Amino acid sequence: MTEQAIDTAERPGGLKRAVQGQLGAPLPRIEGPLKVTGTANYAFEDAPANVAYLVVVGAPVGAGTIIAIDATAAEGVPGVLTVIHDDPRMMAGEGNSRAMPSQGSRQIFHVGQPVAAIVADSLAVAREAAALVRVDVDARAGRYDFADAPVDETPAIGFLPSVTKGDLDLAMRDAAVTFDATYSTPAHFPAALEPHATLAWWDGDELTVRTSNQVIGAARGTIATALGIDAAKVRVLAPFVGGGFGGKTGVGAEVVLAAIAAQRLGRPVKVALPRRDTAYLVHHRSETRQRIRIACDHDGHISAIAHEGVAYQNDDSGFLEPIPFGSIPLYSGDTRVFRTALARVDLPPTGAVRAPGEAIGTFAIECAMDELAEQLGIDTIELRRRNEPACDPTSSKPFSTRRLLDCYAEGARRFGWPDRVPDPGTTRDGEWLIGIGMAAALRGNFTVEAAANVRLEPSGRVTVETDMTDIGTGTYTILAQTAGEVLGVTADQVDVRIGDTNYPKSAGSGGSFGAGSACAAVLLACEDVLAELALRMNAAPEELVLRDGCVTAGGREVPLAELARGEPIEGRGKSSPGQQAKRTSQASHGAHFCEVAVNGVTGEVRVRRMLGVFDVGRVLNQKTAANQIIGGMVWGISYALGEAAVVDTRNGRFVNPDFGEYHVAVNADVPQIDVHFIEEIDDAANQVGAKGVGELGISGAGAAVINAIHNATGVRVRDVPATLDTLLAGLPPV
Amino acid sequence: MKTFDYRRADTIEAATHANGRFIAGGTNLLDLMKLQVETPERLVDISRLDLDTIEERDDGGLTIGALVPNSDLAADPRVVAKYEVLSRALLAGASGQLRNKASTGGNLLQRTRCYYFYDTATRCNKREPGSGCDAIGGFNRILAVLGTSDHCIATHPSDMAVAMRALDAVIVTQKPDGDKRRISIHDFYRLPGDTPQIETVLESGELITHVELPAPPTGKQVYRKVRDRASYAFALVSVAGVVEVKDGVIASAALAFGGLGPMPWRNPAVEAAIVGKAPSTQAFEAAADALLADARGYGSNDFKIPLARRTLIATLRDLTA
Repeated sequence: MTEQAIDTAERPGGLKRAVQGQLGAPLPRIEGPLKVTGTANYAFEDAPANVAYLVVVGAPVGAGTIIAIDATAAEGVPGVLTVIHDDPRMMAGEGNSRAMPSQGSRQIFHVGQPVAAIVADSLAVAREAAALVRVDVDARAGRYDFADAPVDETPAIGFLPSVTKGDLDLAMRDAAVTFDATYSTPAHFPAALEPHATLAWWDGDELTVRTSNQVIGAARGTIATALGIDAAKVRVLAPFVGGGFGGKTGVGAEVVLAAIAAQRLGRPVKVALPRRDTAYLVHHRSETRQRIRIACDHDGHISAIAHEGVAYQNDDSGFLEPIPFGSIPLYSGDTRVFRTALARVDLPPTGAVRAPGEAIGTFAIECAMDELAEQLGIDTIELRRRNEPACDPTSSKPFSTRRLLDCYAEGARRFGWPDRVPDPGTTRDGEWLIGIGMAAALRGNFTVEAAANVRLEPSGRVTVETDMTDIGTGTYTILAQTAGEVLGVTADQVDVRIGDTNYPKSAGSGGSFGAGSACAAVLLACEDVLAELALRMNAAPEELVLRDGCVTAGGREVPLAELARGEPIEGRGKSSPGQQAKRTSQASHGAHFCEVAVNGVTGEVRVRRMLGVFDVGRVLNQKTAANQIIGGMVWGISYALGEAAVVDTRNGRFVNPDFGEYHVAVNADVPQIDVHFIEEIDDAANQVGAKGVGELGISGAGAAVINAIHNATGVRVRDVPATLDTLLAGLPPV
Repeated sequence: MKTFDYRRADTIEAATHANGRFIAGGTNLLDLMKLQVETPERLVDISRLDLDTIEERDDGGLTIGALVPNSDLAADPRVVAKYEVLSRALLAGASGQLRNKASTGGNLLQRTRCYYFYDTATRCNKREPGSGCDAIGGFNRILAVLGTSDHCIATHPSDMAVAMRALDAVIVTQKPDGDKRRISIHDFYRLPGDTPQIETVLESGELITHVELPAPPTGKQVYRKVRDRASYAFALVSVAGVVEVKDGVIASAALAFGGLGPMPWRNPAVEAAIVGKAPSTQAFEAAADALLADARGYGSNDFKIPLARRTLIATLRDLTA
């Protein structure tokens, strides 16, 4: 077992000497053929004999107390097997490793809170019966309107500490130039395409849960806690996950209900949340209000910067959208204020959705910088350059790596920024107004504890085992590349086994920490194998050269299969965060460039082209990394132009909880997107030198679209989405 | 989803006598059944009836079978060449997969996309007559500004039907007693009034068998759809226009509108404002005035009124250019 905390910025020996050329190569996804042929098996597709179907019944009102639940009519529907409504293990909301919701609660925290479940022979019967459950409630007036909800300025929840350095009011009063504006973003659904699906079955006192989840190691613990059993009795399987976007980081109430039902009936039970139910049973991103204040001199040198926001949460959940997360290390300025206040509401839980904090925080800060640049008469990139800090401007720690200035320069060159017409509303193409905008991207880097097994098989093939997930991100492929790189085989010689909690616990997919953490563990496990190979070669590990399935040392070349001598060689590795995360300020960076066309008659916005240049440390696979970034940029287009989960403030229900009216970007909304990496291996980040990628693409992307709309029309949008009605008043007469 | 009975009809007569809800492509009805917005006790599958051809008549018009898929109709060479506005409208709707399944007759009968119609926990007079309307006083961004009542402000979602209204289509039906009706599309839909659940003049068991298009119109044809994203979104405002300019004067005009009212909208006063006049901004503004004279916003859909004005003016400019 090779265990290592990331205390030094030194690469593992095997990686230092590796020559196979796998890591970074733009290899196609290992599991791609399974997916495009429909043979990758997702959670709801497993159909064991005798399976029963579960449908969740939600609370009819958003605030109050349950008096009684009458399931008589539901139980009378032929095919109904059982109705669950009085089990003390039922969760009122989503659970995760940080916080558990109420269990067996009579109190109602939001509309749709799970209060019962129907289990039936068929899905259709379960749904019909669910509509017949009568829930009597003592309702009270709910807090459904974010605009009017009571605000706690110093909330006890949330993981992001507030920052207050210096006297903001004084700095604003003394500055030559000040900027003060308020922005808002609506609620966002995670909107994964694959439904939240679970199949649960028991074998004696052992529970197996086949589910669509991003972080199965944590899910195992959460399920065990909810059911009051030992985690060792729970196995979670998630070999394929059809998108998560944060919405599958916790354990939904329906997962625990399926386990309870399977136990009660002694048969497997499966559930897939209907699309509309995901709005109430899965967390969403809070609506936000954000105020940006900046003080600077006439040349744009910032003396004070403040990013303060308000987000909402209900009384049963502990997450708080970390609104200014991305702004904290972004720009210089001695006086600094960053904080998030909490509005208490009676709405479904809010939680981590696609770059919590950064996705919507960078919209405000990067639009504000664009506005300030215009106010100062300085090019918007130049303003950013003038405020590029030498070290983290909040913590004063050195940056591990930071190539943001290079991202600006390379992006500007590739996109043709110098040809941009800075005067807004002056470039036309027939009926269309054309504009170009940019924004910076920043996403904090994290590495979390992760373990993996690597085994050299007697055949000479390599096996990697870890409980990582691949949520469409390329995990299978990069793990194969990492092991192949060090052990001297091509990625197709590596069998990757993930998505099973029987394998060593890994990072899971979330917070953009999955790839770096999991690959670090694989590298350390490879060190074990290398040490054994060195013994068998009678050489020191540093003398070995592994290439094309053979080991060379001391003039001898031996095939791996021969060295295995008929028995697998096992390696176990575990990486954990260490001193480097404390000593250095770590983040991924980038710059987005966007050209939009705004219809001069109707205000319809079409993105014409988009380019991003990114600094993510080592790129583990050029293709899958670019793929993730492009996905993030598409989400940026999506929230800039369309996404808004609307709450009916009269009753706390979502107005548009389906893909028909919750408008994510569709193919026709997405133009050619180009992605370029400026690669500098970040040895302080983790053993593989890779910083987070997944959430970087959305960070700043929406702001680039909005800034381009301003350049096209002269209209400053401070409240996204920029639907056409927000632009109409600012358009030229027809 | 409620348990239902399923019958397959082999003849039109059998279908009209089967005493159930007709289903062809099912692209709308099945979704609504899963949500229990629609709870028919019996489905009558008409998809195997021999109603899937497009025939050219002696008068130069087309007779379109009710089961012709939207994609086939949009791609028919005669439609593309002579009824461009219809082809464009069809292609502006839904997605490729949906258009492959959706039928001509079914498209005419699409239910509204009103948010509250879809949420069975809210009040909706169209879904549950007499229960009230939560769209009024609620979030109504996509809903109607013309032809509404205190009972309903829903819009009709079809693009195809808007083009058909500009083309003076005739809907051919057969009733259970064997009677066949030819109903002008202008008489086909009903305003909501206090019975918004009744959307057309169709009687119980009456089946749409064909849609007739009159001989192709003269003049330029345009379908312009304004929507929240580039595809797969319903019209906020759409305009189907057929306008002929002769000797510098607008000789004829047919203008129908989507996204504004409870039915594909057409108002003769709009056309009267421009026919006989030379194309000019002033004339176009008069047309917009005529269209929107009685328009009423309900809060979040107020923007549709200026949007419709701008879109109509720009479309008329395009049609007369």
